[in-house]
Amino acid sequence: MKISRRTALQGTAGAFALGLGGFNFDFTRASAQAPAVKRGGTLNFAISAEAPHYDPHASDTYATLHFAAPFYSTLLRFDLAKFPAVEGDLAQSWTVAPDLMTYTFKLHPNVKFADGSTLTSADVVATYDRLRNPPQGVVSTRRATFADIGSIEAPDPATVVFKMKAVNASMLEHFASPWNVIYAAKDLADNPANPRTKINGTGPFTFVEHIKGSHVSGKKNENYFKKGFPYLDGFKGIFTLQAAAMLNAVQGGQVLGEFRGISPAERDRLVQTMGDKIRIQESSWTLNLLVCFNVDKKPFDDVRVRRALLMAIDRWGGSQGLSKISTLRSVGGVIRPGSPMATPEAELVKLPGFSKDIKKSREEARKLLKEAGHENLKFVLWNRNLAMPYTPAGIFLVDQWRQIGVEVEHKQSDTGPYLATMNAGNHDVAIDFSNLFMDDSSLGLAKYLSVTRAPENRSRSKDEQLDKLYDDHLRERDPEKRKAMIRAFEKRVFEQAYQQPLLWWHRIVPTHTQLMGWPMSPSHNLGQQLEAVWLNV
Amino acid sequence: MLRYTINRVLLMIPTLLGVAVLVFFMLRVVPGDIVEIKLRGDGGSVTQETIDMERKRLGLDRPLIVQFGTWMTDMARLDFGKSMWTERPVVTEIAGRLELSLQVAIMATVIAVLLAIPMGTLAALYRGTWIDYTVRLLTIGGLSIPSFWFGMLIMLTLLSLFNWLPPITFTPIYVDPWANLTQLIWPAMAVGYRYCAVVARMIRSSLLEVMNEDYIRTARAKGVYEKLVVSRHALRNALLPAITVIGLEFTFLIGGLVVTEQVFNLNGIGQLFVQSISRNDFTLIQGMVMLIAAFYVFVNLAIDLLYAVFDPRIRYNS
Repeated sequence: MKISRRTALQGTAGAFALGLGGFNFDFTRASAQAPAVKRGGTLNFAISAEAPHYDPHASDTYATLHFAAPFYSTLLRFDLAKFPAVEGDLAQSWTVAPDLMTYTFKLHPNVKFADGSTLTSADVVATYDRLRNPPQGVVSTRRATFADIGSIEAPDPATVVFKMKAVNASMLEHFASPWNVIYAAKDLADNPANPRTKINGTGPFTFVEHIKGSHVSGKKNENYFKKGFPYLDGFKGIFTLQAAAMLNAVQGGQVLGEFRGISPAERDRLVQTMGDKIRIQESSWTLNLLVCFNVDKKPFDDVRVRRALLMAIDRWGGSQGLSKISTLRSVGGVIRPGSPMATPEAELVKLPGFSKDIKKSREEARKLLKEAGHENLKFVLWNRNLAMPYTPAGIFLVDQWRQIGVEVEHKQSDTGPYLATMNAGNHDVAIDFSNLFMDDSSLGLAKYLSVTRAPENRSRSKDEQLDKLYDDHLRERDPEKRKAMIRAFEKRVFEQAYQQPLLWWHRIVPTHTQLMGWPMSPSHNLGQQLEAVWLNV
Repeated sequence: MLRYTINRVLLMIPTLLGVAVLVFFMLRVVPGDIVEIKLRGDGGSVTQETIDMERKRLGLDRPLIVQFGTWMTDMARLDFGKSMWTERPVVTEIAGRLELSLQVAIMATVIAVLLAIPMGTLAALYRGTWIDYTVRLLTIGGLSIPSFWFGMLIMLTLLSLFNWLPPITFTPIYVDPWANLTQLIWPAMAVGYRYCAVVARMIRSSLLEVMNEDYIRTARAKGVYEKLVVSRHALRNALLPAITVIGLEFTFLIGGLVVTEQVFNLNGIGQLFVQSISRNDFTLIQGMVMLIAAFYVFVNLAIDLLYAVFDPRIRYNS
């Protein structure tokens, strides 16, 4: 498994080329014979943010998921070797009625929670009831996802039946969402907010401690229902809030990996200094940054202003420059470029804001601003104060808009206030993000629905036409017709210019070569249970 | 001396009271709302009703004066309340970090004082020689190089020369002294260097001034050994201003090492401070400000008492 610097650099180029297509690329050459799994040991890995709480249902940050995923199970999950296929997690088997109106899950027997109680279908029912209809004071971030569920029944302790109100062709994928971890019904009955501060799951590891500001640790769940797993005796997720500290820790071997993603420059440093001790895996990423206009605020209630600002952005040029210094890379529409339902480049360039003729685009942008009476527009761009990739994206946008005479104040803030400001609608223009765990359009398009249906739509737009297109596409089972509906949806979104992807991210994950079995995927939300991870030492 | 001490202790009460009033009301005028950040700052969508309920639960809907009264009453009973973000007692939140921060501050002080006194003394005694120039060069370096940058240099040097880095999770000294020291010696050195430079320069200039005093000339005229002149007469007086600097620097180190803590991935008070401010966690910020203020007040008291020990005029006057 030796690797030369030249091979590494060739790998980088290869990954760059392949990344657009959504392929993974592994710097290390696969050995002829895979080594035998070794059991035991404790994995130290870096988490570059600390979980604000323990409840994935209420969260949209990987910090919560990387922290909590090893302690929990979900009904289904994504099979990362065959992504986006799903496989059972707590569900031993499942059937879907031909009309897609009934989903029946048979649960694994003898599944134990960390507190020793046995998991039954009642726990699944209580969990999904909390997700789709959270009690007062409980936050369910993905509540809208389950709006099509009519009822959930538990005919016996090992069976759960979901009956739908309407067809949702993506429902199975949503049952595999890593965020929908299963809680114990009695914990929720005691206090529905319990999962925010208490961990009691059925995952491969049991919770040991969370030292605030330092680390979270777990030990092997001896009663884990998947026999033979996990391989590790335990893990420690160490919070490394500063990128330099994280890189040093990886290089110094104090942590064996960081599972979210690093920048190209950071990758190059690790490859140069660690040589064959580091494994770099790359993939395109189900994550994009969006330019988001608050349509409740003037002059962003005027479509001409919004369109002008989007047309001034040279995405194609920007992707070349930004991809060298940040995790931003691919130009794409509302679906991840390279994935089956994505809009091909030839069609994309015809949409507002994606033209390759930037000179012409900017001329038109100036004309639109003049028409709208905002030639000397000034506003505040609200952004997150994360160096990668938010800061370069913000600087890039300020420069792009300067070129059509628009003056922008770039304001960056910590994640909490940043999100709180946008969620309360106090921003003018913001750099928002769309953090997806799969390519399915039911997820990717949801952010653009009317704010009354999708509170995560921070442009606060209300568009019945988009809502209808979305609902129709959910009910459509023919992939080609569905694709056409997605195109129509995308066209409408970009013409109205409420919000638009700036660039899609590119994921680069460094792990020590002694760390085995960690699954790379296009989403940093997936594959964090660590059950199949082992240490080749 | 007893009366002097009692006076100084009594003066601490209005000082801390003033800090309490200032921090409480200033925090309330700063924009931002913990409830918004807590419930909406994680990507979650919540209703205004939920936000109002949480605000009520945390007691933020009550008039400011009532909130202040409750806080002061609780503090009088040494109850600093719970963090509005984590719901854990403020004392628990702080205690977890204070141990580390306090140890770094103590270690840095020991390093600084042990190096600064001989360096400053030698530089003053051998003024204008290569010793003086060397000390001045080193101290100017210490003043000009930010501690966090020096910390980064230390880390990179350890990495490139030894391919080794100190542990990044804290082990208390009573659990594993070796692991503890291998982690904290490096940040202590990084901040201790600057600290040492400040103190050494203070001692040098102070000693140079003292060495020209009449009583030093008198001591020499009486035939006292030069070593005794320096150690008993000169250094004792020259240390007085240095003691003030040492005390203030020590207190600064408790909560002021935000960037250095980030470089070494230390879970200290500085990081907690930044985190709680970004979350508008009022109770935790108030608790920490009161802690730092109390440290300052106590260290100042200790400095005043030390002054009295070193300088008999203060004892006699008081």
